[in-house]
Formats: sequence, C-alpha cells, structure tokens
Amino acid sequence: MLYRESGLFKTSYAADQVIFPIPQDRWGILAILAIAFVGVPLIMDDYWANAVFIPFLIYSLAALGLNILTGYCGQLSLGTGGFLAVGGYSSYKLMTSFPELDMLLVLGGAGATTALVGLLFGLPCLRIKGFYLVVATLAAQFFIIWLFYKVPWFYNYNATGQISVVPREALGFLVTTQRADPVVRYLFVLSIVVVFALAAKNMVRGRFGRMWMAIRDMDIAAELIGIRPYMMKLTAFAVSSFYIGVAGALIFAVWLGAAESGETYGIDESFLVLFMIIVGGLGSVLGSFLGAAFIVLMPIGLKNLLVDGFGMTAVLAKHIEITAFGVLIIFFLIVEPHGLARLWQIIKEKLRLWPYPH
Amino acid sequence: MLFVLETVISGALAGIMYSLVALGFVLIFKASGVFNFSQGVMALFAALTLVGLLSGTIPFTNTDNPALALPVWAAIPLTIFVMFIVAVLIEKFILRHLVNQEHIILFMAMVGLTYVFEGVGDMMWGSDVKVLDLGLPQGAWDWLFDTHDLYVEKIEMVAAATAAVLVTVLAVFFQKTRIGRALRAVADDHQAALSVGISLRNIWIIVWSAAGIVALAAGVMWGAKSGVQFSLSLIALKALPVLILGGFTSIPGAIVGGLIIGIGEKLVEVFSGELIAAAFAGLIEIDPGVFSATENWFAYVLALFFLMFRPQGLFGEKIIERV
Repeated sequence: MLYRESGLFKTSYAADQVIFPIPQDRWGILAILAIAFVGVPLIMDDYWANAVFIPFLIYSLAALGLNILTGYCGQLSLGTGGFLAVGGYSSYKLMTSFPELDMLLVLGGAGATTALVGLLFGLPCLRIKGFYLVVATLAAQFFIIWLFYKVPWFYNYNATGQISVVPREALGFLVTTQRADPVVRYLFVLSIVVVFALAAKNMVRGRFGRMWMAIRDMDIAAELIGIRPYMMKLTAFAVSSFYIGVAGALIFAVWLGAAESGETYGIDESFLVLFMIIVGGLGSVLGSFLGAAFIVLMPIGLKNLLVDGFGMTAVLAKHIEITAFGVLIIFFLIVEPHGLARLWQIIKEKLRLWPYPH
Repeated sequence: MLFVLETVISGALAGIMYSLVALGFVLIFKASGVFNFSQGVMALFAALTLVGLLSGTIPFTNTDNPALALPVWAAIPLTIFVMFIVAVLIEKFILRHLVNQEHIILFMAMVGLTYVFEGVGDMMWGSDVKVLDLGLPQGAWDWLFDTHDLYVEKIEMVAAATAAVLVTVLAVFFQKTRIGRALRAVADDHQAALSVGISLRNIWIIVWSAAGIVALAAGVMWGAKSGVQFSLSLIALKALPVLILGGFTSIPGAIVGGLIIGIGEKLVEVFSGELIAAAFAGLIEIDPGVFSATENWFAYVLALFFLMFRPQGLFGEKIIERV
C-alpha cells in the first residue's frame, strides 16, 4: 500500500533506466542523504566522529571495494589489509613529497597506486581459482606489510617506523590532523563515500557489473558467451583496489592520523572487511553499508552493555566480545547466508503485498 | 657447509611441525569439503585444556587447585574426550545447519568459530602464557652435536616422530578400516554415500574428533617448544600455504608441502640477505638486514609460484571444469 510498483508507468527509456525506479526508494535515499549531510553534523563532536561515523563510512568504502571483487566478480580476497596499507602509505608519500597537493588529488593518487598494486597481485587469477587464489592475496597481504616495515623510504626514514599525518586541505578546508573540525572531516569522508557508492551502484548495474557477475556465476560459461575472463577479473581487481586504496588513505589521513603497517593494516583488517560483506550481503551495495555498520557498531554496543551495563572487567568483556562476535557471525550465516541486504529485500517484498498478502 | 646442513635440518623439522597442523585441515576438507580455518585455534584450545587439566585449573575462574591436578596419563585421554565433545557440538550447532552451502559461507563460519574458540579458551583457562611440561626432552641432541657438530633440537625430533606415527595411523585408518572406507565414500560423493546408508553426521563427528586429536598433537609440540599462548593459533596461517602447496586433499601432500616450505623458508631467512647484497654489490648498496623476517611472507610467495604451474597443488586432484 505504502510501497509498491503498481501505477508506476514508464513512458521513456530514461525513466526505465533510473537507479531507483520506485519513488519511495528515491525519497528514502534523499531523506537519508539529507539526514547524513544536515542532521548528523548537528550532533557531531570528536567522539562521535572518531568512534562511530568516520570509521563506519571508511569501512563502508572498503567493504564496497571488496564487494566488487568478491561479491560481484567472485574472486575471494584476503589481501584487503595489504591494499589498505598501500593506500595509506602512498597517500603519506604523496602528502610529504608534494606539499601543495590538494587532499582530493592525494586520495586519487593513493587509489591509483593501489589499483596498480592490485593489478599486479591479480595477475595469477586466470590460472588460480577459488581458495587457491586466497594464497595469492595472502601473499600480497604479508609481503606488503613486510615491505612497509622493512624499507625505510616508505616512512621517510623516521626513527619510530610510524607514519603520521601532516595538515592538508581539500578545496580550502583543513581535513587532516586533530586540528581539523570533526564536522569538516565527517563531511569530507561522507562526500567521498557518497560519490564512490553512486559510482559503484552504476558500475554494477551496467555493462561491467553484468560481466563481473557472469564471471562469478561461472567463468567458463561467461567466456563462451564472449566475455574475456582475464580482462574482467583484472578490471575487478583494479577497481576494487582503487576503492580500498582510497579507504586506506582515509584511515590514515583523516581517521587515525598515524599508522604502522602491521598494527593498522594487519591480517585482522582483511578478515574484518570480509566479515562486513558476508554479514551485509555479497554482491550488494547496500549490504556493504549494512555490514560495515554492524561490524563497527557491534563491538561498541557490546562493550557499553557489558562494561557499563553489567559492570564487568574490561578483560572479561573483551573475551565475551570476541566470543559473541564469533557466535553472531555463525548465527548470521546459518539464519541468512545472503546477509542483511537479503533481509531488507524480503522486507520490501512483504511491503509490496501488505496489507493483502496471498 | 655444515651450517647449510644445519639450516636444512632445522627447516625440515619446522616444516614437519607445520604439517601437523596442515594434516588437521586435510582430514576435515577430505571428508566434508569444509575449509577449517579454526584448526590453529583448535590446537591452542587443546593445548590450553591439557595444561589446565595438568595444573588443576578450575574452568572460568582462573584459579588453580593443585588437589585437582591430573597426572599425564589421565589428562591426555580426558583432553581427547573434550575434543570429542567439541566435535559433537560443532556438528550439532554449525555443520548440520550449513549443509550444501557455498564454500565461502562455510569458510566464514569457520573463521567465526575461530573467534568463539579464542574467546571461550581464554575465558575457561585464562589468557596468560602457560608452560606445558609433559616431560618431553628439551635442548640439543647431544650425540649428534658431539659426533657431527650438528645442532638439532630434541623436541623437533619428537615432533617428527609423532608426525610419522600420526600419518601412518591415519593412512591405515583411511585405507583399512570400515570407518575409513565410509570416510572415503563421503569424500567422494555425499549423496551416494548417504544412499548406501552412511550417516553423514557420525562421519563428521568422527572426522572432527580425529582433527581434534591431530590438533592436540600439534598443540602439544608447539606448546612444549614455545609455551602455550595466543600466538600458537597463528600457525594456522603458516599451515595454509603448506596445505595449498601440497593440495587440499592429500595427506602426503601436507607432509611434502611442509618440508618444502620449512626448508625453503629457513634457507631464505638465513642466506638471501647476503646473497642478494653480494649480487648487487657493484651496483647499489643493499643492507643485508633488510631481508630479515622474510618468514612471514615467503611461504605464500613460494606456494604462489608452485600454483602457477600446478593450480591444484602438488598432490591435489586435478580440477576438471565443465559448463
């Protein structure tokens, strides 16, 4: 009754091809964007920015990137942490080597560098498939972390081995370091994520996305209908790495302000982002956001509940948190292997029939 | 030359230790097609349980009661029993509900299981580093050191012997027993096995228990060498390239893969820095120290190199693809 397609007549090709054909969807998205751009900044302070909103947005971007590779193109990757590191370290090198560069260009450069590295480690993907490909991506993960740790050029020969951010502006607004206004940092990250999400949504419903999905469903069959598997897998690697590289640069420059290869971008990050797309939904743009929200918010919620609510010690709470994390992951996989995005889809289908289901 | 030999031997023995973990992976993968990422944490959990029983720790309280401490001959069977219970629980609460799911879903469920093991293990037995003392021999093997000047750790020899025994027992078990035949049938085709009256659930419990026992062996060896602590679970990440190099489905593959990776990794760790620095000596100055700690990634790159030529691993079954 409230949410339906009936009575919706498309009279032009343009109307047939819009991203959100149902008006309620369009209004919903606009409302969410309005809240995100206008409403949220009103309550923004350092805590909300650093603990909730900025990590959520950045991880959404990383999840979006991994979803393109794993969810849409079907190439399982555990190298996300390494690619995030490439993004972070290349943004640092760009920021320190070219102080005049606008932050947007730095992000673009970091993304492009990561895309190249992603291509390089994606090269074996034609011969190696499935779980065996995990080894190639894990090789990327461990090798990249080791490289940034061992070669001093990457961290400008400083004594700590860490990289720390320098003040840089985007379009005239200071966005990095602790001196930057949290509202500005939040809006900066939000704008980037919105642009990238829109691009992803369009990519996956267009020519590229369809070819990726054909490869995912069965690469030999896709090859037979004239899709070049190697090219499409490599483009998926490149595009996905671009997204992840930008996310890695944002983690370093806007969110944390400092990074150390093994600490910030370790193998745990790879699993975390993979969890996000599994919990959110493989092959779904919305799922990337839902999964990121779930994985970022759940530990905070659990910690508040256990430590403040039940008065547990931090150590015990940490153990319970880890256990609960594992149990919830398994629970989700058993109840809905297609993730939160699938639940949303079911709700929408029910809404279409409401209040007169068959 | 002696130093090279010493490096090779210590690499081979370390490789056997990796194989012990990889063996658990292979067992489960063969029988259920599940890629059990939690094998490393299972080893940690088994070792923690054993230490807890030996020192009489009361679960969930983190206090020791020496009156409850069990002798070794009682603690080991009890630990095996605990691993059996764990296998039953895993079958009942996870595997049963995930039959016929895609590989990636099963894999992620196993990663979730890893977190559960980690959290529960810490809560039950405490998260501090523990010493595992089963009376296994420690230190260098004196005879070899005196006569041939070779330094070989005794514990690693024990691990190698254990691995040999385990592999033999498993091979006999798989080839000669009634249950082993059922296991191979399940590995070949779930549905066909069901149709001739093999109970999948029982088979899974048996396989996971066997993997639990292998995990215990691995946990004991690693624990005796470097203490029972969280880092023990990270050997899963070491066993992964071993497994892939050897092929997912092959028990000999796990052993050979372990040897190749163990030896390769030690040789590269010890010699690559000097060799590369010497090779570029006239051109650019390279600090040999840069090529240290290569152990973290070398195994993966080596496995990747092998996969380029044999995508199914050294001993894996040939992958046949049809539309």
